[in-house]
Amino acid sequence: MEQELLLWVRGTGLQIAAAVFVIGMVYRMLHILMLGRKKSLAAPRGSEWSGGLRTMWKRSFVTTKLSARGNFTVVAGFIFHIGFFITLFFLTQHIDLFRAVLGLHWPAMPRGVIDMAAVLSIAAMVALLVHRFIDPVKRLLSDYQDYLSWILSFLPLLTGFMLLREIGFEYITLLTMHIASVELLLVIAPFTKLAHMFSTFIARWYNGAVNGFKGIEI
Amino acid sequence: MKEHETLEQRLHEQGVSRRSFLKFCAAMATMMALPPGSATAIAAALAKVKRPSVIWLSFQECTGCTESLTRSHSPTLESMIFDMVSLDYHHTLQAASGFAAEQAREDAMKEFNGKYLLLVDGSIPLKDGGVYSTIAGRTNLDLLEEAAKGAAAIVAVGSCAAFGGIPNANPNPTGAVAVSDIIKDKPIINISGCPPIPAVITGVLAHYLTFGALPALDNLGRPKAFYGETIHDRCYRRPMYEQGKFAKTFDDEGARNGWCLYELGCKGPTTHNACATTKWNGGTGFPIEAGHGCIGCSEPKFWDAGSFYAPLPAPAADVTTVAKAAVIAGAVAAVVAGAIDRGKKTKAQQSREKLTVDDLKGE
Ligand code: SF4
Repeated sequence: MEQELLLWVRGTGLQIAAAVFVIGMVYRMLHILMLGRKKSLAAPRGSEWSGGLRTMWKRSFVTTKLSARGNFTVVAGFIFHIGFFITLFFLTQHIDLFRAVLGLHWPAMPRGVIDMAAVLSIAAMVALLVHRFIDPVKRLLSDYQDYLSWILSFLPLLTGFMLLREIGFEYITLLTMHIASVELLLVIAPFTKLAHMFSTFIARWYNGAVNGFKGIEI
Repeated sequence: MKEHETLEQRLHEQGVSRRSFLKFCAAMATMMALPPGSATAIAAALAKVKRPSVIWLSFQECTGCTESLTRSHSPTLESMIFDMVSLDYHHTLQAASGFAAEQAREDAMKEFNGKYLLLVDGSIPLKDGGVYSTIAGRTNLDLLEEAAKGAAAIVAVGSCAAFGGIPNANPNPTGAVAVSDIIKDKPIINISGCPPIPAVITGVLAHYLTFGALPALDNLGRPKAFYGETIHDRCYRRPMYEQGKFAKTFDDEGARNGWCLYELGCKGPTTHNACATTKWNGGTGFPIEAGHGCIGCSEPKFWDAGSFYAPLPAPAADVTTVAKAAVIAGAVAAVVAGAIDRGKKTKAQQSREKLTVDDLKGE
């Protein structure tokens, strides 16, 4: 039974998840892009391209301007995202997966780094959730999607960490749970706020391009 | 057929000393993780026990299981097993053939009705009335059901008998199933592996003879003493795994230095078996020691779990093609949605009433 379940999540389950994720994301992103913007009739005072690209890049870092939104949220959010990226892209086992699916591979990071990244990421997520409950403004702004997104992102991290350390269950059970949690994330992500994993770059581009066009220094 | 003699008499006849017999019992006790004192208990029980009749039925199999069991270097535990039991029917090992062989099986079944042990290797084909494997003109299903009726217990030897094995692998052209899919009213013990470790079957039989009952089994009917842990749990390369030292090819620096074989497709983490501790070829080694990853042969469906050389995280089905098709499907959907949007926009623009100067004047 365990083997059959693992086989399903590694095979059919993954195919379904990949199909839904890719269709959903390509659809949503292209749809956004095709909405387009009205051509501005004003004379440009700067380049859309450099403004757009620079904003896409610069907003990936914590800056004093950004932290005006609240230091805790920005810093904890940053730690979570960086930790998530490191574990996702630099754990040997994940690179094996990318190589099998995309044919691309790159060097892995040492296990110690991955462990630390995962722990920090998990801690940041927990802290962010607690903050969301405590902070009256955040609590008011949160809807079910925020909690759903939190659960969907937290489960792969948690099960992944448990799998690396073989905590609580057998390897095969943990592996199945981990893959299944990722599949759940893939299937739901395109239709919720989690679509920001791609749309955030489009948003940054538009912001930056508009500012660049107006000649605002970025 | 004469009543079988006791094991002690039999061993004595064979020139096996009491000392080696005790050593055997001690080894069995250790292997099955029984308390230290139990070696003497095993010896006492085994010495008195009448050698039980064993009927061995071979169905859709490759004889690898029998090969494995007979490839033991004497005097070993494995060879002794054949002294512990009276193998009354085994169509590969017995001298008799044709009618005489079938007669031996029928005689044993009659004489030891309710007492004999039934060992089965190979899966049972059910498709098209079971015509894909027959012995003496009778289907495997027919033979199994008949022999199971009078058996005290059934031991499914090897992954084919235990889980269906390679005949059961996709697309399973013969409709092959495991013993436990057919027989529901007898105790069944699965000794999986392709082939299983000889010492494991010896251990199980010794346990049965000593305690008169089957050992504790896991949820797949396998003896916990041997299948309780994974290969990965007891692998000597485990420290390399923990340190993230992985061999990338079978011939690189890492492979030569004994690094973990995970990326070369080792299925040790998801495979329950005793290879890493009991080992093969008289304790010489096991596949990982020989530089090859575990292929997971003691687990159900291991033939269908993707390539033996693909690492565990690699998909077990083609995800790349699915993803490519999905990109196209998503793009088409977006273009259609975009066209609908544009249509709506144009319509809205056209149906808009223009405000004229006259309208304003009229205010
Ligand atoms: S070689 Fe296989 S069983 Fe051994 S540590 Fe590596 S993955 Fe685990």
